[in-house]
Amino acid sequence: MSEDASEGVQNPRMDVSFFDGVVLVELKDRKILDEVSIMQIGEQLNAVLQKIAQEGLPRFVVDFTNVSHMSSSALGVLITLHKRIREKRGQLRLCCIQPAIYEIFVITRLNEIFQIRQSRQEALDSLS
Amino acid sequence: MLSLQYREDWGRILEPTVTQVRDLTQARRAAEALLSELARQGYGEATVFAILLAVEEGLNNAIRHGNGSDRSKTVEFAYEVSSEKTVVRITDEGCGFKPQNIPDPTADENLEKPTGRGITLMRAYMDEVVFSERGNENRMVKWNPEASKPRPEN
Repeated sequence: MSEDASEGVQNPRMDVSFFDGVVLVELKDRKILDEVSIMQIGEQLNAVLQKIAQEGLPRFVVDFTNVSHMSSSALGVLITLHKRIREKRGQLRLCCIQPAIYEIFVITRLNEIFQIRQSRQEALDSLS
Repeated sequence: MLSLQYREDWGRILEPTVTQVRDLTQARRAAEALLSELARQGYGEATVFAILLAVEEGLNNAIRHGNGSDRSKTVEFAYEVSSEKTVVRITDEGCGFKPQNIPDPTADENLEKPTGRGITLMRAYMDEVVFSERGNENRMVKWNPEASKPRPEN
């Protein structure tokens, strides 16, 4: 069962839905490179987090299916999200990262920080 | 092993395309123009990915850290694309920096810092990355691995 949670957001850069209490964020941009988009993504992720944290420990999946390019600033946004979720004693999973993007995580050793799953289902299952 | 030593003759660009950019929007446009040129020259997907990533990081650094996001200052973005290699030069008006003073973002203690990965990625994806003595100019080279392959018919 899912519901749309991105209603009312100006220029939503992600689709947000819920699966049994786990929030699924599907990034819409193919290229996450420019600072304005990255700032908007950060703000929108934080808004979702604040909203769901009111209802319990946040469980979060970020789906990268659409993302084919990203910069180091986008990594910074993910690190900030990860820290905020941890502060609220929640959990974060990343999934569906294309091989070229995954290489960025390996080069920066962020694959050791983030819990990354191959498929959306694996990510959701690991939080349920 | 990449040398950090800067040589005037290194990566000389003979017939560069030169664009002056003042902000990230203009930088994006300039990077898109480079992308079109890479496509026109038949660069493969992985090589285009690498060059785009390094150029984005280099331009971001120059505009934000070099020029301090000051729109009265310009960043000169010069590049030359041939079938063998792409040479890029990014020059800002800032007072420069010492790349060796940037903490290693892959060190355990820095792994969770939200910034500081740009130069690491540039070095990982380009074949050569050097900075000028002052540190306000960055030159990068990417050799085209497809160059020696025969072109497909049609």
